[in-house]
Amino acid sequence: MPFEPVPPNDAPAAPDYAPGVWIAALLAVDPKLGGVVIRARHGGARDAFLQRFQTLLPAPGRYKKMPPNIGDDRLLGGLDLAATLSAGRPVAMAGLLAEAAAGVLVLAMAERLPVGTAARLAAAIDQGADVTMIALDEGLEDEAPPAALLDRLAFTLPEAALPAPGETWPPAGQMQAARAGLGLVTNDDAAIERLCTIAAMLDVASTRAVLFAVRAARAAAAVAGRWQVGEADINLAATLVLLPRAQRLPAGDAEGEDEAAEPPPPEPSNGAPETEKTDKAETDADPGSATATDEPAVTQEAARAVLPAGLLAALAAGSVPRRAARGGGQAGRVAGLGRGRPAGSRPGRIGNGARLSIVETLRAAVPWQTLRHANNRIAIRADDFRILRFKARARAIAIFAVDASGSAALNRLAEAKGAVQLLLADCYVRRDQVAVLAFRGRTAECLLPPTHALARARRCLASLPGGGPTPLATGIAAARALAEAERRKGMEPLLVLLTDGGANIGRDGNPGRAAAAADALAAGRACRAAGLAALVVDTAPRPQTFVARLATEMGARYLPLPYADAAALGRAVQQQEAASVRRAA
Amino acid sequence: MVFPFSAIIGQDEMTTALVIAAIEPRLSGVLIFGDRGTGKSTAVRALASLLPDMAAVSSCAYGCDPDDQAALCSDCQGKTALPQIKIRVPVVDLPLGVTEDRVVGALNLERALADGVKIFEPGLLARAHRGFLYIDEVNLLEDHIVDLLLDVSASGENVVEREGLSLRHPARFVLIGSGNPEEGELRPQLLDRFGLCVDVKTPGDLPTRVEIIRRRDAYDRDPAAFVRSCKAADAKLRKRIVGARAALPAVEAPEETLEQAAKLCMALGTDGSRGELTLLRAARAWAAFEGAPAVTPAHLRRMAPAALRHRLRRDPLDDSLAETRVSRVLAELFV
Repeated sequence: MPFEPVPPNDAPAAPDYAPGVWIAALLAVDPKLGGVVIRARHGGARDAFLQRFQTLLPAPGRYKKMPPNIGDDRLLGGLDLAATLSAGRPVAMAGLLAEAAAGVLVLAMAERLPVGTAARLAAAIDQGADVTMIALDEGLEDEAPPAALLDRLAFTLPEAALPAPGETWPPAGQMQAARAGLGLVTNDDAAIERLCTIAAMLDVASTRAVLFAVRAARAAAAVAGRWQVGEADINLAATLVLLPRAQRLPAGDAEGEDEAAEPPPPEPSNGAPETEKTDKAETDADPGSATATDEPAVTQEAARAVLPAGLLAALAAGSVPRRAARGGGQAGRVAGLGRGRPAGSRPGRIGNGARLSIVETLRAAVPWQTLRHANNRIAIRADDFRILRFKARARAIAIFAVDASGSAALNRLAEAKGAVQLLLADCYVRRDQVAVLAFRGRTAECLLPPTHALARARRCLASLPGGGPTPLATGIAAARALAEAERRKGMEPLLVLLTDGGANIGRDGNPGRAAAAADALAAGRACRAAGLAALVVDTAPRPQTFVARLATEMGARYLPLPYADAAALGRAVQQQEAASVRRAA
Repeated sequence: MVFPFSAIIGQDEMTTALVIAAIEPRLSGVLIFGDRGTGKSTAVRALASLLPDMAAVSSCAYGCDPDDQAALCSDCQGKTALPQIKIRVPVVDLPLGVTEDRVVGALNLERALADGVKIFEPGLLARAHRGFLYIDEVNLLEDHIVDLLLDVSASGENVVEREGLSLRHPARFVLIGSGNPEEGELRPQLLDRFGLCVDVKTPGDLPTRVEIIRRRDAYDRDPAAFVRSCKAADAKLRKRIVGARAALPAVEAPEETLEQAAKLCMALGTDGSRGELTLLRAARAWAAFEGAPAVTPAHLRRMAPAALRHRLRRDPLDDSLAETRVSRVLAELFV
């Protein structure tokens, strides 16, 4: 079908597709948009989307699926060992990336994708690989695909935005026309300027994102059959490309909401504001938070004027993933990947979970080939088998669960923070990771996902406000969940609980001291059952028998901190870690 | 086709540092800290393609420089005649999760299987010889790979002792690392290896941002035309870099400048003398680039932040920027 551009003045209105359909259409028109991350569980809606998307492509049937544990040889191509062995001569094989050229590569379980593999995919995209990638992210809350990959895919499609069964899809003919006309679509500088402004408002730093938005706007114009990018195209591009990357919302930002939603602390909490005052100096010194909060109201007004109307509605509906605001947080995944440093291979038998190092085995066999008189084949004998060896080193992660309730705030939250900071310095020396959880009110919140970046830990602690009742059981349970998740990644977790023991909110979120205390003890017992190394620091002015009992139930070391002695705390954690590492070894 | 270096705008500190590293390879590298999508990798590739082609021994796996007798690899040393070819300045990517084999080099399995011969398959270090080794997200690099790099970047030589191979070959490269410090700290030993360290941020002002997008978009739509339009500017810059390289040995460093560099490093409390040395080399390269006959305090001042900011002894928890500390001391010393 020939592409017949229409003059701008009688340009057709943008077709009214659902966001998910738009994403599919834009990707089908311009593969240089990289691809889409589908953040949804396995299910019919996702499969239906993949199927429909295929029908929009110029050459349907070119889906290639990539598992997260793919090896380099399979991804990039290399020696086909099986064929080489049977043929007796080197047989090369093409990698999956080459096979998927001009088609679609589906990354299954992208949230488990190793950073190394993501780096290779990123490099392939940067070098202009002609592949559209669909990353299937089933990580939901706590996991996400490596950031290097996310940055190079234009779109994010949350589960809620997957097109419903009855949704209208563009006909294949329209796609063909749009593809043919894409090169002719132009945009004026004002369009670029507007997308840049929106990106700045949303604090989207990546230049790539804005470039994607410009491309998406042009593709949208092509789909609509226009040859000039219009208002609707810009709005669509901003909503689909920039909004999901927002680090900051221009109005009614998250911090303000949290404060407004906070119930007044039931306990006398003169201490809380005071603590905040002590920390204020530090907070002020931090340039990061200053720029985020001291934005003049004028900018916000400008943002409102510039942002497309649908954008704010989408914000209100909460379609912006909060995860984005956390940034990084990938460091923990990296460390979790390796079960130790590869330490070569050794002769051995296969089985018992040993991994055969095929390359090493071949290398061992090569020198003997003349002697073995194989007929054009490689003769491999059992002596040649080499199995992989790893030197496992327990990587420690210290998980701090900090009681930030009103009573704890009264009982020197600031000193507890000071103690934690000293511990952080220790962690830096040992290159441990840290994570920080705080619990108050009715919930426990992960302030800092596992990271090596201690400066961030310090910052998030400094700005930790105190106040509210004490959901001790919830806090302990959250810390345990995090510790177990880290252990599954091959880390050696150490739980450090700082509390004054004034539990008054039970697991069910209802107030009541007796029930809350019982729940806390039960949560503690679960920690012991899980075999977690733990340290309980009593921050009450006078050591509490309840906290001591909790420590016993947790199987934890108990450390009363009647007068803040951060150095003693540091020593205690070191001893505990040494003990837990010994136990692990 | 690569995005032209002269078309990169709004990242002056990064582009300057890269140019300095190209003029004075002994600075041993540039570390670029900053967000994703700020054009770090674009700039490195652009710089390499801006530099003039180098003379190399043809058929040498390492691309030895025929004019530098001292740095020849063992193969080339044995030869009587060294036929020359022109090669591009290599930019080699060192991806995360790379294996030791790929970095160091290994037995060539294909040749071993097919012909039964023991041949060394050069790794990334060999390919990066005389060029750039680019590591994106260097702070996430695994420790055992970092160890390899530390040794080679210090000695300029890759020593292979594995799989029955025993050989050494020259591997002198400019290390370019990039990363986001929010996602993990860099090991101090590796940090120290980088001569210069710069922070890149997405430019804050709208016109610059718009211009960046406009240029990049123009390049994406028609690379050939865009590169053509920047040809003159690129050629001018190339000439300046080549000129600066030639002038570099003759640039004087007067006694008082040395003194000032030492004072600066003392005031900042940098460890060892690598700080002074790097600062001086960078300042001299900058002077050569500016066409000045000698290093002046202004040159020192210009290079001080990049040369010293990552060498301050620091409290891991104090992220009050090294930036501010350097500029404070600078303001005190150079009134």
